[in-house]
Amino acid sequence: MKVLVPGALHSYTRGSPVQAEGATLAALFDDLERRYPGLRFRVVDELGRLRPNMRIFVSGLGVRDLAHALRPDDEVAIVLALSGG
Amino acid sequence: MTAQPRTRPARPARSAATTRLVLLVATRKGAWLLHGDGRRKAWTVDGPHFLGHVVSHLVLDPRDGRTLLAAVKTGHLGPTVFRSTNLGRTWKEAKQPPAFAKPAEGGLPGRAVDHTFWLTPGHARQPGRWYAGTSPQGLFRSDDGGDTWAPLASVNDDARFREWMGTVQDGTPDGPKLHSIVVDARDPEHLLFAMSGGGVHESRDGGQCWSTLIQGLQVVEGFDPATVTFHDPHCVRQCPSRPDRLYQQNHCGIYRLDGWGDAGAGPWQRIGLRMPKRTGDIGFPIVVHPRDADTAWVFPMDGQTVWPRTSPGGRPAAYVTRNAGRTWQRLDQGLPESQAWWTVKRQAMTVDAQAKPALYLGNTGGELWIGDDEGARWRCLARHLPEIYAVEVAALG
Repeated sequence: MKVLVPGALHSYTRGSPVQAEGATLAALFDDLERRYPGLRFRVVDELGRLRPNMRIFVSGLGVRDLAHALRPDDEVAIVLALSGG
Repeated sequence: MTAQPRTRPARPARSAATTRLVLLVATRKGAWLLHGDGRRKAWTVDGPHFLGHVVSHLVLDPRDGRTLLAAVKTGHLGPTVFRSTNLGRTWKEAKQPPAFAKPAEGGLPGRAVDHTFWLTPGHARQPGRWYAGTSPQGLFRSDDGGDTWAPLASVNDDARFREWMGTVQDGTPDGPKLHSIVVDARDPEHLLFAMSGGGVHESRDGGQCWSTLIQGLQVVEGFDPATVTFHDPHCVRQCPSRPDRLYQQNHCGIYRLDGWGDAGAGPWQRIGLRMPKRTGDIGFPIVVHPRDADTAWVFPMDGQTVWPRTSPGGRPAAYVTRNAGRTWQRLDQGLPESQAWWTVKRQAMTVDAQAKPALYLGNTGGELWIGDDEGARWRCLARHLPEIYAVEVAALG
């Protein structure tokens, strides 16, 4: 499925969108980690939680639970939440 | 910034009389390297590296003189460590950055590293070994030059330590920190670290077992100093020329401990009570002389009422003791005389090991200062940098 990747992660993916697979968001991040080593830990912490200032949209729906099931035709967007200073 | 930026560092001419120096400046928005000659007259800026990243610490491996480790995160992305083996020309991310172990079933609550705060190279006899301290408080070790990191369960997953650490609610404003990791120059198995908050701890077996080293340290008035969690060491340093001597800048004063490593060492002696009353003995950094164990420097801040953490009276100054804390002298020549309300963080002050050492400090206002002649005269090397978190200096061969 198509995964939109924010600019902050292009040092791993070299661009956006990218292709990755998974039956859940957690599995999708496992696949992204295989393809782009190091990416997952920048987005998902060691307890399997989405980091505080990251957001995930699955076909337009905001999701924080990485157990969320994915359909093959879903489009996943990794987004940097509005924050900073 | 007063020096001219370059994309690659210049290499000042070497001579028998001079050594090349490099300053490693870690800031809230990136890292900079300043290359200087041994006379400290000409400085060339290399940077920014990791622009926009929060860089907590940037450290050169003294065992090879070319490997740099940088503790990095961004406002959004999680923490990691970058490594360079060519003094910052190229960087490679650690394969396995510091991360806590998964919690055991029914055990202590799990934790996630927010940022790696402190980096310490291992002993000279243990090439490739590094230690890292994190926020929330965690101790990690690498045996491959910083590429992969393993958590030390003897600290991170120990119920007693976890009680002393408290929660993220109990720490400093940007998170509780494990810092001041000291590897005893005499014995690679003799380790020390400090926690804000959570006290000072040492191990004699390479980190398997730990004991507290807090006797003599004071805590905030009204609290019990026997309770480890109330202790807030800000910075601990070992004297290179007398390894059994430690100096400490604490939330509650300046201390010295002699006999570190001996049976029954201590207690800590509060040597900051001889500081001028109006200035007090609160601050973040403490710096020790490379060859004179009686000489140490601090940079006091305002610890009154709501803890402004600014230079007392808006008049920044270092203070030096030449007699192991019996007396202190103010060193402010060249520093702003009024209305300078900055702070020097615990990793942001250091000293070189030249024949006549110079001090270096970075402040929360993004200024980098050098204190020539052991801090007797200060001049600004760079300004308009982001808030400076750490400054290290190293001599290049």
